[in-house]
Amino acid sequence: MFIFKGFINFCKSSLLASIAIAILAGVIFMAIFADLITPHDPLKAYFTHLKKPPSTEFLMGTDHIGRDVLSRIILGSRITIYVAVMSILFGNGIGFIWGVLTGFFGGKIDLFSQRVLDILMAFPTVILALLVLASIGAGLTSVIIAIAISSIPNATRIIRSVSLSVSEMAYVDAARAIGANPLRIMFRHIAPQCIAPFMVIASAGLGVAIFAEAALSFLGMGIPPPTPTWGNMLGGVLANVFKPPYWLVIAPGIAITLTVLAFNLLGDSLRDYLDPRLRGRLEN
Amino acid sequence: MQQYIIRRLLLIIPTLIGVTVLIFLAMRVIPGDPLKSMAGETSLYVLSDEEYEKVRKSLGLHRPLVVQYADWVFDVARGDLGYSFWRTKEPISKTLIRRAPITFQIAIIAIVLSWIIGIPAGILCAMRRNSSADYSLRMLITFLMAIPNFWLALVFLLITVVFFQWRPPFEVTYLWTDPVRNLQMTIPPGVCLGLGMGSIIARMVRATFLEVLREDYVRTARSKGLKETLIVKRHVLRNAFLPVLTLTGLQLAALLGGTVAVERAFNIPGLGFSLVFAIIERDYMMIQNLVLLFGVCTIAVNFLTDILYGVIDPRIRFS
Repeated sequence: MFIFKGFINFCKSSLLASIAIAILAGVIFMAIFADLITPHDPLKAYFTHLKKPPSTEFLMGTDHIGRDVLSRIILGSRITIYVAVMSILFGNGIGFIWGVLTGFFGGKIDLFSQRVLDILMAFPTVILALLVLASIGAGLTSVIIAIAISSIPNATRIIRSVSLSVSEMAYVDAARAIGANPLRIMFRHIAPQCIAPFMVIASAGLGVAIFAEAALSFLGMGIPPPTPTWGNMLGGVLANVFKPPYWLVIAPGIAITLTVLAFNLLGDSLRDYLDPRLRGRLEN
Repeated sequence: MQQYIIRRLLLIIPTLIGVTVLIFLAMRVIPGDPLKSMAGETSLYVLSDEEYEKVRKSLGLHRPLVVQYADWVFDVARGDLGYSFWRTKEPISKTLIRRAPITFQIAIIAIVLSWIIGIPAGILCAMRRNSSADYSLRMLITFLMAIPNFWLALVFLLITVVFFQWRPPFEVTYLWTDPVRNLQMTIPPGVCLGLGMGSIIARMVRATFLEVLREDYVRTARSKGLKETLIVKRHVLRNAFLPVLTLTGLQLAALLGGTVAVERAFNIPGLGFSLVFAIIERDYMMIQNLVLLFGVCTIAVNFLTDILYGVIDPRIRFS
């Protein structure tokens, strides 16, 4: 009930938040009920309809081996959302624990951890993900691991800075003074303060993860065909660069853009709603 | 200032060592053996057991990992990046030197464009806060941030190919040999990358501008009757510029990653394109050295950003 009320208040807080939630609800609905709502079998090739433009039978046309684009977009949402959610859950989850720990302990541990983060941050996201994929091979789990690893540094950096400032608050000193053990202080006093920023970076991170998955699959390093994802559907277009069929390019791109847009808007609105003071710290 | 630079330089050393170790381990230890994965069932070429042992020896993969690592690092330090597994005629360093200018040129075009778009747009939004211009520009910015750059590249190709029967050339041409063809090749990907980056810069400029406008010294300047344009020029710009600089540094790094997909979309033989094909061909020497190059570039950019930051803002230099 409490959560529900908070949710209603959040939707009331801004129009953009409601729009974002509406888009995401649509995408999640597609992802869950893909099997029921696809007009055709997304994996079945209709050899009599190769590379046909949109028609009444195939609303978004068919691809180079005659599969229905609309059905593939719908099923693609499932993989896209699954990969994004899992990788952010793992990556930002590790970042959360790492950040709380190093922010709380500080000193040498923090110094060492900063150097480790420097190493991870010395690679652009896509390059780090590609390095991981080159070493463990393509596939669903590998993509999740690759994106999770590349999302760790950013989450850790931000959670650490929050944990650092919370650790210096008077009530943490008070808890120390009455002899609470460090674990208790971290979980009861510091971690709860980090949840709001965590929600904000996680929702923005989901957008980044969708980008990354799409880019990796587009390059042919991510989710291998025939499983449709929005990224590898775009990658399929590369085979005919000289005469790209417009319907194969436009639909997956719009799907990615709308979903990322929704996650970005959600992140922005969450930030304003949960803690306006975060504005400066998270604005990049 | 000198001390500051030296301190920053010293910090680079452990990072560089860590980066090389990470790349080396990723390429050797995790898959068991780079050759196995190169000559595995999914590769283009299958080796017999004897051939396998022979190639393994010739590549020095039978030696202990520490020796291999030291060997690689010393070779790289001497500028010897070894040979590609498939194209053994040309050393990797030559391939990289041939391809790097294209990628860096694309990156520079993207950065310049992002400033040209982002800074004025951000300032306009901040100065006319909550006006209709602010709202519509912000809508556009949010929208641009959500568009994947490689998709933008595909749409660009779609339009030029379908309507103008033209597409950017894909042979390597340099600015100093054939400027027209070179620009035809590098401007489209630069624009695809620059638009998204420009929108992030605009957002940042707007936010910091608004923050600085609220500072006490701006109020003082206003109350002593300074003209608004002078306030902006003297007091706001310099302070609002700092985060833009950091952001550009961060983006330049992200950009090197971003070029991978965009170069692939346009079929431009830059560094990103090479990386994609090295991974497809499981050319581990090439992957290893290319990733290292990307890492070193990022570290260098971050270092330069920090130094510039120190030059502009004395508060940082002395802390």
